[in-house]
Amino acid sequence: MSDVIIYSVVSLSLIGVLAALILFIIAQKFKVIEDPRIDLVEQALPGANCGGCSMPGCRAFAEELVKADDISHLNCPVASNENMAEIAKILGKEIAEKEPLVAVVKCNGSPEHRPKTNHYDGASECRIASALYTGDTGCPYGCLGLGECERACNFDAIHIDKETGLPVVIDDKCTACNACVIACPRNIIELRKKNKKDRKIFVSCINEEKGGVARKNCKVACIGCGRCVKVCPFEAITLENNLAYIDPFKCRLCRKCAPECPTNAILEINFPPRKEKKEAAETPAGEK
Amino acid sequence: MLKTFPKGGIHPAEHKITAGKPTETLPVPKTAVIPLSQHLGAPSTPVVKKGDMVKAGQLIAKSSAFVSANIHSSVSGKVTKIDNVIDTSGYRQPAVIIEVEGDEWDEKIDPGKTLKKEITISGEEIRKRTEEAGIVGLGGATFPSHIKLSVPKGKKAEVLIINGAECEPYLTADHRLMLEKGDELMVGITLLMKALGVEKAMIGIENNKPDAVDHLTSLAVNYKGISVHALKVMYPQGAEKQLIKSLINREVPSGALPIEVGTVVHNVGTAVAVYEAVQKNKPLFERVVTVSGKSLKNPGNFLVRIGTPVSELIEAAGGMPEDTGKIINGGPMMGKALNTTEAPVAKGTSGILVFPASDSKREEVQKCIRCAKCVSICPMGLEPYLLNAASEREMWEIVETDRVLDCMECGSCSYICPSRLPLLDYIRLGKSTVSKIIRSRKQ
Repeated sequence: MSDVIIYSVVSLSLIGVLAALILFIIAQKFKVIEDPRIDLVEQALPGANCGGCSMPGCRAFAEELVKADDISHLNCPVASNENMAEIAKILGKEIAEKEPLVAVVKCNGSPEHRPKTNHYDGASECRIASALYTGDTGCPYGCLGLGECERACNFDAIHIDKETGLPVVIDDKCTACNACVIACPRNIIELRKKNKKDRKIFVSCINEEKGGVARKNCKVACIGCGRCVKVCPFEAITLENNLAYIDPFKCRLCRKCAPECPTNAILEINFPPRKEKKEAAETPAGEK
Repeated sequence: MLKTFPKGGIHPAEHKITAGKPTETLPVPKTAVIPLSQHLGAPSTPVVKKGDMVKAGQLIAKSSAFVSANIHSSVSGKVTKIDNVIDTSGYRQPAVIIEVEGDEWDEKIDPGKTLKKEITISGEEIRKRTEEAGIVGLGGATFPSHIKLSVPKGKKAEVLIINGAECEPYLTADHRLMLEKGDELMVGITLLMKALGVEKAMIGIENNKPDAVDHLTSLAVNYKGISVHALKVMYPQGAEKQLIKSLINREVPSGALPIEVGTVVHNVGTAVAVYEAVQKNKPLFERVVTVSGKSLKNPGNFLVRIGTPVSELIEAAGGMPEDTGKIINGGPMMGKALNTTEAPVAKGTSGILVFPASDSKREEVQKCIRCAKCVSICPMGLEPYLLNAASEREMWEIVETDRVLDCMECGSCSYICPSRLPLLDYIRLGKSTVSKIIRSRKQ
């Protein structure tokens, strides 16, 4: 009886040792040498796998970071500057300090400003509506409100407001990963510099039609009058194709342009209320 | 046994309520808005400027590329501006706007109604006249006709097919044309035959127009080489490839043109336009449009100048009914809803349909139940449910290899789908994206 136990224990142990030996040899032979820093870098990355860096996921981006000598051109839009500094420390490389960006929706055509001229009942996707016609209002540039950006966002940072039918960005959640910018078939969303206290001044319109036509279809359209260009002390505003554009990197948020705009197309967001000044009384524009 | 195509097809309710209504001539509009992009291909380049006086039939925009067409004024008057207007495509596009004064035609045009039968000019000249007159395929696709008339080297046309199928429900413009301008049509076909150098022409007509079949059969005996064929009532009988299959039992290969199988297809409207251009020197500036719909007081067929706003057509048909939900440019299957009634009639406008809201509303979309009805009715043998799903998920490679470009957008799949999936919407998206991808690959 005890023989059976001894035999089986011995034979099983032998098989075990043999298998371990084979495994050990194979493991040595086919060893993949991987830089341990890749794991570290990957851990330091946000792990959103959003594709905002134009690479297939965070792992690929981490590999690229470790491999490249100069990593200043590599940028994870989601990671904060501290995140990136930590990665730079792991790798012992220099990293470019980046300006934080935030998505901004450049259309303010809510139904009250931009009346509906027809009713769209096709497939509920912006890309399809956009490929069909000018849209359910007279403006062929404006937001279609069917939520392509909302579906594209991985961070729950952009939502269609039910009342205005326009997308609203939650600045704190927005990582500037560019997904909504790509998703929007009308190119309404732009990544702009994130200012202190989330302050923003921008032309909330991308209509390139002549002033009269644009104005007829939307009360808050940029009509390309150029008044903001003249008033800007920093040459931050340019006028092209009947459309003003405020360069977010030149703009110093002086707020001179907004009251000049005859159609209130320039939006100021998160600023303290304006003090009643003489000019302000003359131009009853102000906040919107 | 009536001829038909073997694969797929549907038979929607015909509603040809205007079939018995003779064509009425609509008065010249007060302002004509003539779009510069009324054809497939590049928009034309305007040759008039603000303030110019023009006559009906005068050239106002020149063909700007190989695939493009001339555009002529449809009215006489003063050019007030060249501006962007929303046309029947749903987009704002450049158009010449003419304030109408009187109705003076270009001197070269013969406005008489007498039939001019004898053909004095050569085939090449016929082709040139067609090009000068800005004639495009009037069936709806608006492909410039002169290109179809120049047979590429190494190819030979054996038979000319004339499309009188008019398979779309409601539309009767071609039907009326065949009844009212039968002789002109026959001469037009003879001209096209001469231009192509073919001895044989076949007219295909769906069998729901027996009067047109009889009328043209009786006329055809006087013209050499023309035969009339009744076809089974089956949508899309009037689609080019289906019509070729039905009439001469040849299959056009994927991506190829009908000339590949030795044939050229022209619409009956185009043939009449060629007659007018060659024999009467009249460029294409008016066409027959069916204005129809269940709630319209006076639906009918109207001879309309290009550039007349759609609102005037609806007015002529008894005004806009209260219950209107959609106005469609073209037939109910392939047509496109208009977003403004101020859109002008273009060369490709075969019908204006005013649909009550109760009929035009899209039904709620359910999940695909894999019933494969769309597969069995697709006349091109595609798998619409698959193209739909792949397009929705942006899997463009699958969309391409499953031959989305063979789709002619007949809409049969969306019509038959019991789950009311917007199949064609997504297939169109796939089609446009894949063509873009292919174009960028070539560069």
